[in-house]
Amino acid sequence: MKVMTKSWVSGALCAAMLGPALLGAGVAQAAEFTVGQHNKTFVQDGDKVEKITIKVGDTIHFKNMDPWFHNVFSLSDLKTFDLGSYPQGQHKSVVFDEAGMAEVECAIHPQMFMEVEVAP
Amino acid sequence: MSDFGSVAKRGMIALALMGLLTTGAVYAEPKESYLRPEKVPAPANNQVTPERVELGKALFFDPRLSGSNWISCATCHNPAMGWSDGLPTAIGHGMKVLGRATPTILNTAYQRKQMWDGRFRTLEKQATGPIAAHEEMAQDLDVAVAELKAISGYVGMFEQAYPGEGISLDTVAKAIASFERSIVSSEAPFDRWIKGDESAISASAKQGFALFEGKANCAACHMGFNFMDDGFHNVGLKGNQDMGRFAQVPVAVMKGAFKTPTLRDIALTAPYMHNGMYLTLAEVVWHYNRGGDVKEHLDPNLKPLNLSAGEQEDLVAFLKTLTGDPIALTIPRLPH
Repeated sequence: MKVMTKSWVSGALCAAMLGPALLGAGVAQAAEFTVGQHNKTFVQDGDKVEKITIKVGDTIHFKNMDPWFHNVFSLSDLKTFDLGSYPQGQHKSVVFDEAGMAEVECAIHPQMFMEVEVAP
Repeated sequence: MSDFGSVAKRGMIALALMGLLTTGAVYAEPKESYLRPEKVPAPANNQVTPERVELGKALFFDPRLSGSNWISCATCHNPAMGWSDGLPTAIGHGMKVLGRATPTILNTAYQRKQMWDGRFRTLEKQATGPIAAHEEMAQDLDVAVAELKAISGYVGMFEQAYPGEGISLDTVAKAIASFERSIVSSEAPFDRWIKGDESAISASAKQGFALFEGKANCAACHMGFNFMDDGFHNVGLKGNQDMGRFAQVPVAVMKGAFKTPTLRDIALTAPYMHNGMYLTLAEVVWHYNRGGDVKEHLDPNLKPLNLSAGEQEDLVAFLKTLTGDPIALTIPRLPH
């Protein structure tokens, strides 16, 4: 199953609306990623993922694909968040707005652990 | 496909049908996932050897590891009582009644986190925790090592188990961990049934297993061969003031959450829950049938199940099929 999606659509639309002047000023296109939670692992493209590299401003959608609840949280210096717990089929999203490294975990299932490297 | 494979496949189809017909099954785990893995996991720097298990066993049964010289690991983790103590909560140093139940050490080798709140990642880290804990064995660890060094019988045992490493906190922990890795569940009637022996468990127990994976939703947390998910859940126990896992992971869903215990040999380890508040499996099933009692921070997997009295009895019948055959254990003669 294809889990990861990387959408440039919103970025492209945004760029079209903003025009080339701003693009010339260095506005980056924000990308979107989907990380699945499947069989108590974080997955991309159906494979276990332990580290994902994104850029500042990018969004990760965390989608629960298991028939039990999952949680997503980070207590990293870079970013602190707690998405609560949610059931199969639902997703919650996080925008990573600073460069650095964040550790993301599921509090319910501590074997679920991944790193998010946010490049400038 | 192996004999087991074909048998298991037929069983899977039959079970899946049974589940669909009777419960609207939620989970359909491959039946192979209920079989014990052939290899017991151990870290590279502490592979299991007979000498290490034997040394660890002696240490496990040796009360001289405690401050009082009266309490051993086996005092609470009693092999005659499912490697637990039969008490609602443990009794520690000075006969003090402690706050949590003594968990079994059965199959801890397969667990990713140790202790009810998961504060130790490995058996090696866990092994010396209760020795040093003031309320448990109340022993200064440096004193424990010094006392062991003074027992000549131990010197040779450590040298055989860990050549050249000496007697240290590290080797004490590694030896106890090795012994704990040898305490794995034996074959239970459930296992014989999974392997294809239809006469191994009753019709009621088979129905209970279908409920377990289906309508009763037990397998959301109690999954796989060890019937646990290495996870932490607040199951809504009345009167619980213990924050549990939240002390380790300060995330809201961890308030009052505790590690999912194994269900292997569960009939041997009453009372149940982290605080030992239920005396029987029937009470536990009734608790989950209510969907838990305290809703604040309740794990959202828990919901009222609307199980009939007969269905609850079926679940208990299934749980009792997880008791393994008795194991042979030689009690060590402690070195002097």
